[in-house]
Amino acid sequence: MSPPPPTAALRTPLVAIAGNPNTGKTTLFNALTGARAKVGNYPGVTVERRSGTVTTKRGPIELVDIPGSYSIIARTGEEQIAFSALAGLGGPRPDAVVVCVDATHAARGAYLALQVQELGLRVVIALTLIDEAGAAAPDAKALGAELGCEVVPMVARHGVGIAELIAAIERALAAGPATAIQRWEPSPALSAALAPVRAALPDTWPGGDAIALWALQSLDTDDELRDIPESVRRVVAASALHGHAIDDEVIAARWRWLDAHVAPLVKRPPDRSRTLRVDRILLHRFAGFAIFVGIMVVVFMALFSWTAPAIDAIDDGFTWLRTTVHDALPDGFLGDFISDGVIAGVGSVLVFLPQILLLFLFIGLLEDCGYMARVAFLMDRVMKAMNLHGKAFVPMLSGYACAVPAILATRTMERQRDRLLTMLVVPLMTCSARLPIYTLIIGALFAGSGWTQSLLMVGMYGFSVATALAAAFILSRTIKPLKAKRLPFVIELPPYRLPSVRDVIRQMWDRTSMFLREAGTVILGCTIALWALLYFPRELPTGSPDYDAMIARAPTPELKQELGNEKAGALLRNSYGGRLGRAIEPAIAPLGFDWKIGVGIVGAFAAREVFISTMGVVYSVGADADEDNPRLRSAMTEEKRADGTPVYTPLVGLTLMIFFALACQCMSTLAVVKRETGGYKWPLFLFAYMTTLAWIVSFAVYQGGRLLGFS
Amino acid sequence: MPDLAHTKKKTSVVIRSIGGSRAFRRRLMEMGLVPGTPVQIIDVAPLGDPLEIEVRNSRLSIRRNEAAQIEVAPAP
Repeated sequence: MSPPPPTAALRTPLVAIAGNPNTGKTTLFNALTGARAKVGNYPGVTVERRSGTVTTKRGPIELVDIPGSYSIIARTGEEQIAFSALAGLGGPRPDAVVVCVDATHAARGAYLALQVQELGLRVVIALTLIDEAGAAAPDAKALGAELGCEVVPMVARHGVGIAELIAAIERALAAGPATAIQRWEPSPALSAALAPVRAALPDTWPGGDAIALWALQSLDTDDELRDIPESVRRVVAASALHGHAIDDEVIAARWRWLDAHVAPLVKRPPDRSRTLRVDRILLHRFAGFAIFVGIMVVVFMALFSWTAPAIDAIDDGFTWLRTTVHDALPDGFLGDFISDGVIAGVGSVLVFLPQILLLFLFIGLLEDCGYMARVAFLMDRVMKAMNLHGKAFVPMLSGYACAVPAILATRTMERQRDRLLTMLVVPLMTCSARLPIYTLIIGALFAGSGWTQSLLMVGMYGFSVATALAAAFILSRTIKPLKAKRLPFVIELPPYRLPSVRDVIRQMWDRTSMFLREAGTVILGCTIALWALLYFPRELPTGSPDYDAMIARAPTPELKQELGNEKAGALLRNSYGGRLGRAIEPAIAPLGFDWKIGVGIVGAFAAREVFISTMGVVYSVGADADEDNPRLRSAMTEEKRADGTPVYTPLVGLTLMIFFALACQCMSTLAVVKRETGGYKWPLFLFAYMTTLAWIVSFAVYQGGRLLGFS
Repeated sequence: MPDLAHTKKKTSVVIRSIGGSRAFRRRLMEMGLVPGTPVQIIDVAPLGDPLEIEVRNSRLSIRRNEAAQIEVAPAP
């Protein structure tokens, strides 16, 4: 027995906001809750859960935003969330539901409202976008009379109708619990099919025909729904009535009612001439593509170059802070920990902010104005070939700047499967952190011909596109949760609208702060752990010269610096991380890498570009070495193996670039994937498959190259 | 029986039935593509797929192989 529910007077009333996608639901939610909304996640899945309160004369009301949907019938985890939140499964049942109905698509919005009424919930209709609908909007009073609920005409972005909607919600709450309204009669066959399902529903579920019907329509052999009792599944599977027959009967019956009662209220079709004119250009065979390429170039350049000054400023600021703090504190562990561990760690999180903010600004604008759906429309043919969603294009493109914002950007896709597949291939794109490594290797080992150098660089870009697309193709055919199910690719091409700056900025901030809170803390922790790995035990190997005494005696500051670099190199080589580099040598020797490269690979797990400063310390050139540092370049080219042959041949250089192109040498990427998938399974899979792939391809390149006579 | 993928652009037809997987036909029907509803192809994406269709005053993007699952009849 569950305890009796608290009476309405004792707890804050809960109102859910539901509606089709593109109906201005988010705008309405933001207008109602103001700045007091909280953004979180539904447990287990990456569906944002927005909630907030609105204070009325009678006290506070809690509002929760339900993911946009056309129906309560569920097949995927995301759709189940919408249903559970409405039906009160695994949480409180809402006391009333605001259904956002786009005034230009009144019947389709009302379809969802009918289902909510069938669940026995009290409904208030927010008739949104009446400015856009103009004369095509149905009369609110007449619509309310047909649907048996209050209908409030609104222009949410201008605040029109907000006060009236709140008043209507208060009246709905005061009216108390509603009874289920169903506008159609089930056939005898359907009634017979409903009875055993209704009887099988667990006591913890709200009962009734609507829930039984939901189970009959949603449960299938290949649905992705969780926490459905086996007993219910068995009864549904044993149902004598075929699934198609149930869908045909129920859906057609609701639409018959809508066509008779709601459709006649719309006196004329909405004026779509503006959208038609714009689409004639933006979806044009040539002009459309040219504009698309132009917009994508702007997005890419913005992420890649425009953020550079901000990223550099953050980098420089933290370097300054780090040195200042280090100098202010006494020599030793505490000073090193605070400056090189904590401060550097915070810097490594904040350095992502410029790209994340800017990418979400662009995505918000593109989605809000309606162009994102057109991107999917234009690119679907290409993306479909790799079993990717058309909307995966923008995250994939962003991956050229950085995988972290790109993975966050997969949220624009509704389905978990599409998001997951995109997340798993985005880290293969040539991100900006790989560039310094390529520059160092190409500059040091392929000196001479500018043509060879440019060709190699272009080749590495081409290689990453090819591998990412091939990986999507193969993963989607081999890994079960990634297989392209026969899910419909039916998306709405909404009318073009001016984006709401307030909503875009709000979403930009919500998502960025969620990154800082949830992924940022993991990245910070990992940075500190990796720092400790390369710091401890802080002992010089036995037999080392007494660097401190030598430094004290050194006559010139340059020599002191030189000796300091040598000491740092000796300490790093003897650190746990250094020993790890030595320990993995047998594994990387077949790729032509020595243990010093191994230390670099260990250090580069913090972020790929750290490979360079780690190599700078390993070769006693100093941690401030960059990819253009001539001393680091010559230290590398002069490095010899035991037999006197150089370590860094062009073949080893190429293999090293291939390794960095494929390996998941980035814990921030893994932290964000963990955050977005809600567990360790997928980040571990990502790391395992990329590292294995990197090893195999590097092995093939190095050993194949040797067989062909390259050294 | 003609299907939507094989009708001419800007030619109004009426949906007769929808085939394919349960999730696919249910999604389309719930969006209002029930038998008897007029529908027409507005445009084809520049790369030849998907199709842009108009139904109940809204524009949808639908892949060619999905449109082939929609049986249609000439508008009365």
